[in-house]
Amino acid sequence: MKTDAKPHLTQLTIHELVDAYRAGSTTPTAATEAYLARIAAHDDKVGGYLTVTREEALAQAHAADERYRKGIPRGPLDGAPFAIKDVFCTRGIRTTCGSKILDGFVPPYDATVVTKLKEAGAVVLGKTNMDEFAMGSSTEHSGFKLTRNPWDLARVPGGSSGGSAAAVAGDLAVAALGTDTGGSVRQPAAFCGVVGLKPTYGRVSRYGLVAFASSLDHVGPLTRDVQDAALVLETIAGLDPHDSTSVPEAVPHYAAALTGDVRGIKIGVPKEYFTPGMDPDVQRSVREAIAVLEKLGAATEEISLPMTDYGIAVYYIIAPAEASSNLARYDGVKYGLRVPGGKDLIDMVSRTRAAGFGAEVKRRIVLGTYALSAGYYDAYYGRAQKVRTLVRRDFERAFARVDLIVAPTTPGVAFRHGEREDPLSMYLNDVFTVGADLAGLPGISVRCGFSAAGLPIGLQVIGRAFDESRVLRVAHAYEQATSWLEKRPQL
Amino acid sequence: MNARPAPATKSYETVIGLEVHAQLLTRSKMFCGCPTSFGAAPNTQTCPVCLGMPGVLPVINRSAIEFSVKTALAFGCRVNRACRFARKHYYYPDMPKNYQISQYEEPLAEEGWLEIEVGGGVKRIGIQRLHLEEDVGKLVHEGTLETAHASLVDYNRAGVPLMETVSKPELRSPEEAAAYLRAFRAVLVYLGVCDGNMEEGSLRCDANISLRGRGAKELGTKVEIKNLNSFRNVQRALEFEVERQARALDAGERIVQETRLWDADRGYTRSMRSKEYAHDYRYFPEPDLVPLELEPSFIAEIQANLPELPRARRQRFVSQHGLPPYDADVLTQSRALAEYFEAAVRDFPNAKVVSNWVMSELLRVLPGDDEAAIRATKLTPSRLAGLLTLVDDGTISGKIAKDVFEKMFRSGDDAAAIVKREGLTQVADTGALERIVDDVLAANPRPVDDFKKGRSAAKGALVGLVMKATQGKANPGLVNSILEEKLSKA
Repeated sequence: MKTDAKPHLTQLTIHELVDAYRAGSTTPTAATEAYLARIAAHDDKVGGYLTVTREEALAQAHAADERYRKGIPRGPLDGAPFAIKDVFCTRGIRTTCGSKILDGFVPPYDATVVTKLKEAGAVVLGKTNMDEFAMGSSTEHSGFKLTRNPWDLARVPGGSSGGSAAAVAGDLAVAALGTDTGGSVRQPAAFCGVVGLKPTYGRVSRYGLVAFASSLDHVGPLTRDVQDAALVLETIAGLDPHDSTSVPEAVPHYAAALTGDVRGIKIGVPKEYFTPGMDPDVQRSVREAIAVLEKLGAATEEISLPMTDYGIAVYYIIAPAEASSNLARYDGVKYGLRVPGGKDLIDMVSRTRAAGFGAEVKRRIVLGTYALSAGYYDAYYGRAQKVRTLVRRDFERAFARVDLIVAPTTPGVAFRHGEREDPLSMYLNDVFTVGADLAGLPGISVRCGFSAAGLPIGLQVIGRAFDESRVLRVAHAYEQATSWLEKRPQL
Repeated sequence: MNARPAPATKSYETVIGLEVHAQLLTRSKMFCGCPTSFGAAPNTQTCPVCLGMPGVLPVINRSAIEFSVKTALAFGCRVNRACRFARKHYYYPDMPKNYQISQYEEPLAEEGWLEIEVGGGVKRIGIQRLHLEEDVGKLVHEGTLETAHASLVDYNRAGVPLMETVSKPELRSPEEAAAYLRAFRAVLVYLGVCDGNMEEGSLRCDANISLRGRGAKELGTKVEIKNLNSFRNVQRALEFEVERQARALDAGERIVQETRLWDADRGYTRSMRSKEYAHDYRYFPEPDLVPLELEPSFIAEIQANLPELPRARRQRFVSQHGLPPYDADVLTQSRALAEYFEAAVRDFPNAKVVSNWVMSELLRVLPGDDEAAIRATKLTPSRLAGLLTLVDDGTISGKIAKDVFEKMFRSGDDAAAIVKREGLTQVADTGALERIVDDVLAANPRPVDDFKKGRSAAKGALVGLVMKATQGKANPGLVNSILEEKLSKA
C-alpha cells in the first residue's frame, strides 16, 4: 500500500498530467520514464504489451519537453504516454494484430489515428496484446501471450482490446487506443474498471486499422476517466480522405460538453438488458447507477429493444463473413509469415494459413466463408443484413422517445482464464454490446461498482448517432457524483 | 487417311457474347493515387493500398467514374443513379487482397447497344452491362507455370481501373464478333478513355460461344474462351470453336460447359477448367465503400460533352465530304486520323484528294490507330494541304510530290521550302520542253518508227524518256500534247 498521499505520476489522468506539465511540476520525459519503469517492473505479470517502443517513446517525450519549455505545447494530449492496440499500423514498428501470421510485419505507414495522436504530441509507449485479429472477448486468443486482469491476475482482462484495458487499469499507460467490433472496447473497459468509448461509425477513421469486420470496426479510447475519453475522441475524430466511410460532420469540443448537468435528459432502460441469468452484482450496481442519474435530475423510463436477442446471431454471421474476406490477403506471398516447403503456390498458401492462424480465427473464416457461399448467401448474409436493419430500427424507435439508453456493459464480471472454453458461452459476453456496433451508435462504459469478489462492473451509456457529447456528459456526471474511481488495483 | 466429314455448321446457329475489359487512361489507379503508366520497373508504381497491406482502405477515383459514364452514354446505356462495389473472391497471388473490388448486383450502367457493319448492312448489338473494377498484377514465372521453381509478382498493374462491358449474346458469327470488337475499340479510343492497345493488354476480350439448331429458341451450352488478344485471334478462335462444337454436336456429343484457352501459336482452344471446378466468388457488397450516387447534373454534363462517335463521323464523311464508304471507314479508325483528315480538308477542300493522300501516303508511314503518333507528326494537316496545293497548281508533279512528302515527314519542313531548296519545280516552259522533246525524238528513231506503224503504245515509252530526261520535273500533260503534235507532223 502506498503511504504517500500524493499520487504517483503513473496514476494521474491525461488532464492531470498535462496540467502538471504546464505547471512545470513534472515533464513528459519524467512521466514516460515512470511508465517505462513500471512496464519493466510489472508488465511480465500483466502481459499488456506485445512491443514496448522505449527509444521512440523517449524521443517523443523529449520533443514534448521542449515544447513545454518553450511554452508552445500542442494541446491537451501533448506528452501523454499512450498504449496502442496492436491492431493499428505503426510505421516502422512491428504490428501483429495478435497473430502469428503477421509475425515480423513492419508497416510502412501509420494508421490515421496514430498520426493524429502523434501530431497532438502523444507519446507511444508500445503496442498492446489482443485477441488474434480482434476475435475474442478475453484476449486468450492472442497468438503470443496471455494478458491478466490487474484486479485479479487469475482473471481475463476482457477482449479483444484486453492489453489496452489492462495497461490503463494497471497504470502501464495513461490511456490507450482500442477497437470495438462487437464490444471490444467497452467489454474490457468494464472488466478492468476503466472508461471505454466507442464512437459513432464513421466518426473516427479506420485507415490503418487492420480490418476484422469492416462494417462493424470502430476505433475508441480506453482512459482513466470520462474527461480523458472526451479529449482523446476530440483528437482522433473527423473526416479522413483515406476512409470513404468516415463522415464530414464537424467535430465538437467534447470536453466542453462535460457540464455535470443532466437535468431533463430522458434516459431509457431497456428491459431486455436485465436478464435472469446475469450476475446479480452487475444487476444491482447498474440499478443503483440509474438511481444516481435520477437523483441528478435525469428522467428514466423502461423501454424495449425487442431485437436484442437476435444481435449475437446477426453479429456472428456478418462479422465472420467480412472477416473471411478481409483475412484472405494473409497468404504468405507479400508480408508476414510464409511457411516454406509447399509443393506449389496453393500448397504454400494453405500451409501458411494453417500455421499462421489460431483456432478461433479459423473457426470464423469457416463460418464466414460458408455464410457468403453461393446458395447460402441469401439465407445467411442477406438475411443477417435485413435483421441488422431491424436492430437499427429498434434503436431509432427508442431514440424517438428517449435521449440516451443506459444498461449494463456485460452480463457478468471478469471470468477466470480458461473458464469459457465453449465458443458460444464466450460469444454471449457480447450480448449487451453488439447492438451499438450493429447500429453504429456511440456507447461508453464507465465503472459503476464492484462485485462481491472486488471486480469492477461497467455501466453502459448508448446515444444517438453523432451524439457523443450527451453520452459523455451523462457518463461524466455519473462519474463525478460517485467515488468508484478512488479504488485502484494493486499489482 | 480417313477424311473427316465436313461439319454441318450450316444447320447450327452460332451465338456469341463478348466480355471486354478495358484499362482506363486515368492518371492514377482505381482506389489509390499510384500512377498507371505502362512499362515502369516492377513494383515501383505501388503503395500500401494497391499492395493490399493490412489496414488500407480504397478510395474511388473520380476520373474512372467519369470515363466509364462517358463510355456508357456513348453506348446509349442507362447510367444507374446509384451503384455499388462488391468484393469478388478467389486466391491468386497476382491479386494482393485475394479479392477484387468489382461490381456485381448494382453495376454502373446497363442496357445499351453498339452498331456494327456486317455484310454491307448495319446491325445493332445489345450491351447488357458496364461496370468498373480493379486490375490485378502480373505473375512472372521462371520457366513455364508447371516447371517454374519460382514465380515473381509485379503489382504495378494491380489497381489500374478496368472497365468491363458485357454484350448480349446477339453476335451470330466470328466475323460479327470481330466487327463488334473493332467498333467497340474505336468508340473507346475516340472517347479517349482507353488506348485500345491489345498487345499491351489495355484491351482484353473473352468470348462466350454456343451453337443451337437453326430455329431453336433455347440456347445451347456455352463455352468461355479466354486469351483473345487481337482482332484476328478473336475471329480465329471463334471459327475454330464453331467447327469444334459443330463436329461434337454432329457426333451426338454433349458440349461441356467450360472455360477454354485459345492457343494462338497452335491455332486451337484447349480446356482450362470445367464447370465442376467453377469458382464460387462469394460476392458481397464492399463494406469499405459507400454506395456511389451519381448526380443527374454530373451525368448530363458528360452527355453534353460527348464527342462525335465513329459511326456518326463515318456517315458524315460520306454525306458531307462525298467520300466513298471505304475511305470514310479507314479515315475514322481513330479520332486523331479523322481530325487530321478534316483539318487538311479545311485548308485544301478537295476531300477525295486528301483522302487518297492520307490513305496511301500517311498511313504508309504511320499506323492509323496510333493517336499519339498522328497528333505528333511534323507533317501536319496544313503542311499536307500545302503540298497538295503545289500539285494542284502545277508547281510540282504528283510523282515529285511523293518524294517531297517523304522529306516533309522526316524534316517537318514546308513543301514549298523543300521544292525551292531542291529545285523540284515542274518544267512547264513549252519552249524548253519542245527542245527536250526534239532531242529525245532525234535520239530514239526506233519508237518513233513504231508509232508511225500504228503502235500507239510507243508514245508511252517516249513520254517516259522525256520524263527521264527532265528528272521527272516535266509536266506530264504538257509533254503528252507536245509529243502528240510533233509525232503527227513527223
